[in-house]
Amino acid sequence: MNGLRCCASAGCLARGSGALIGALETAISRAELGDRIQLRPVGCLGPCSQGPLLALDPDGDLYAGVGPQDAETLVAALARRLHQGSDQATPLEWAPARGERLDLRAPFFQRQRRIVLEHCGLIDPTDLEQAIAVGAYGQLERVLQGWSPERVLTELQRSGLRGRGGAGYPTGLKWATVARMPGARKVVVCNADEGDPGAFMDRAVLEGDPHRVLEGMAIAAYAVGADHGFIYIRAEYALAIERLRLAIDQAVRRGRLGPALFGTGFGFSVELRVGAGAYVCGEETALIASIEGKRGTPRPRPPYPAERGVGGKPTLINNVETLANVAPILREGADWFAAIGTAGSAGTKVFSLTGHVRRGGLVEVPMGTSLTTVVLEMGEGAPEGSAVKAVQTGGPSGGCVPADRLDTPLDYESLQALGTIMGSGGMVVLDQSTDMVALAAYFMAFCREESCGKCVPCRAGTVQLHGLLERILAGSASRADLDQLETLGAMVMDTSLCGLGQSAPKPMLSTLRYFRGDYLARLEAP
Amino acid sequence: MPVPTKPESFMALEAVLLRHHRSPDSLIEILHQSQNLYSYLSDPLLRHVATRLKLPLSRVKGTASFYHLFRFQPPARHRCVVCTGTACQIQGASALIEAMEESLGLQMGDRRGDGWVSLSEVRCLGTCSDAPLVLIDGTVGRQQSSDGLRRWLQELEP
Repeated sequence: MNGLRCCASAGCLARGSGALIGALETAISRAELGDRIQLRPVGCLGPCSQGPLLALDPDGDLYAGVGPQDAETLVAALARRLHQGSDQATPLEWAPARGERLDLRAPFFQRQRRIVLEHCGLIDPTDLEQAIAVGAYGQLERVLQGWSPERVLTELQRSGLRGRGGAGYPTGLKWATVARMPGARKVVVCNADEGDPGAFMDRAVLEGDPHRVLEGMAIAAYAVGADHGFIYIRAEYALAIERLRLAIDQAVRRGRLGPALFGTGFGFSVELRVGAGAYVCGEETALIASIEGKRGTPRPRPPYPAERGVGGKPTLINNVETLANVAPILREGADWFAAIGTAGSAGTKVFSLTGHVRRGGLVEVPMGTSLTTVVLEMGEGAPEGSAVKAVQTGGPSGGCVPADRLDTPLDYESLQALGTIMGSGGMVVLDQSTDMVALAAYFMAFCREESCGKCVPCRAGTVQLHGLLERILAGSASRADLDQLETLGAMVMDTSLCGLGQSAPKPMLSTLRYFRGDYLARLEAP
Repeated sequence: MPVPTKPESFMALEAVLLRHHRSPDSLIEILHQSQNLYSYLSDPLLRHVATRLKLPLSRVKGTASFYHLFRFQPPARHRCVVCTGTACQIQGASALIEAMEESLGLQMGDRRGDGWVSLSEVRCLGTCSDAPLVLIDGTVGRQQSSDGLRRWLQELEP
């Protein structure tokens, strides 16, 4: 059986993979090869900058830049090979008219270690049976039929998994805290409000393998003693919302979600809540307010959501990628997971590699992989005639790593030491043409607009900081303005109520740290 | 479709309210559905939602106005959106905004008085490999050039 896997994630769809899938369907049925060639729309296949992408089984080849005009020739080539009586002994004599067959020995593929994305790009995300065939809900069943919640908690803690949403809080510890809270009704929330501009890891996971996340939520619910869950997803991700709705429906009908799962007394239901365009709702207390149908403003902690969350109930909040790690950890064991990555940052991390880079897309690498490897080897560096100036990580809450520090390993602590954060995994490569002061002003404008206005340092501070940056850009700022920028930045970081304000000055402070010259060159002559 | 103004005209919303058990917790979901059904959140519609959920109008309006995606006037016939996510920003989103503003005679965030066209921005659509991106009436323009954009805008139906 030959298989064609065609990327049907938002990136490739925008490049016309929908038309490609349609043309392939027609060509296959016209050649009457429906029983010999299986066509599957799948999740992200990786190098989005070269889409639409198409994978061929059992060869394992990956083709880039495939269009609907290629459908006839591809099916004809497959038919010829099938008539020769062989599925794979001979390589397929075919290439897309305007595309190419990708060299899978390239670092972009070789340096990856796919755990979170292991089934993304393999299965049709709209077909639960395909997900089950590769093991979806298998760990949930295993856990429900023989493990105590304590054993799940211990395993998670031993694995060393840390939150993939940005802060890196130990996941096992968070679970154990919620498990210890009194109260018969608890809640599990999946934070899919991926708001950092330039980040699309969670979108790809939800579009490509939604059941993986639902299984993680159900296992978490069993471990902490919850019976209800919410997925809070940003409204901009229309396709991910559609796939999630379908996945939840399918899982309920197939007895993977709902009451009395796998013949046990444990039941778990999941509700989807769609955001309405507010970046601050990625902050956990704001997210809770939004789930409750209110303005998404944060509140002081404590009480932490573990004590009092959605509807006043003890609530566990985990990010999409964190939850997607749960099933493989239980399947392969905590020791296996802990051995991947570094001592303090176990496992892998998914990054969305974009910006001034030759080969962009979705990559999953072991923690501790250097930025050099990801940006220069896997991404193949800046486009022709240019050079990498810096790499921005962590979005509006992160900072820039200058080109001479690209040897930094990607782990929570190393990035923090450089004045940035791991963040959720957005990685925007900046080349020499990038104006770092303009970039700082861009992020500050973002935070100014997204500030909810509840606390003064963030509401007023971001306005003042943005004003100062604009003055520098206009060439009318003095040395004193630069000093004030730093003083005020530190004050906003120290005194804001929530993570948005506390990290809003970071992109600016980090560019000041590494590219001070860019600022000084724009000051008014004294 | 004429937008209803009387409470009894919002019958299509009843099924949505019922599905959410008229629970204030579902206010945002209900607002989404209301906007889908009636294309924008008119004053009578917000009043109707407040009454049916037994919530103060201030709470309903306060919540709706907090979020960027809720509209309080009818959408323009042509909706032009520029993505200003980081990847688009460093690859020319500003030039695209300029081209839009110039061609349409509008400022970012504005809507033409006769409702023909509106110009707005979105912070990242998450398909950054195609930066810079614009979105016109739901169609994505990828790796968009300013010249191509100007030609596209000229083709918009009057």
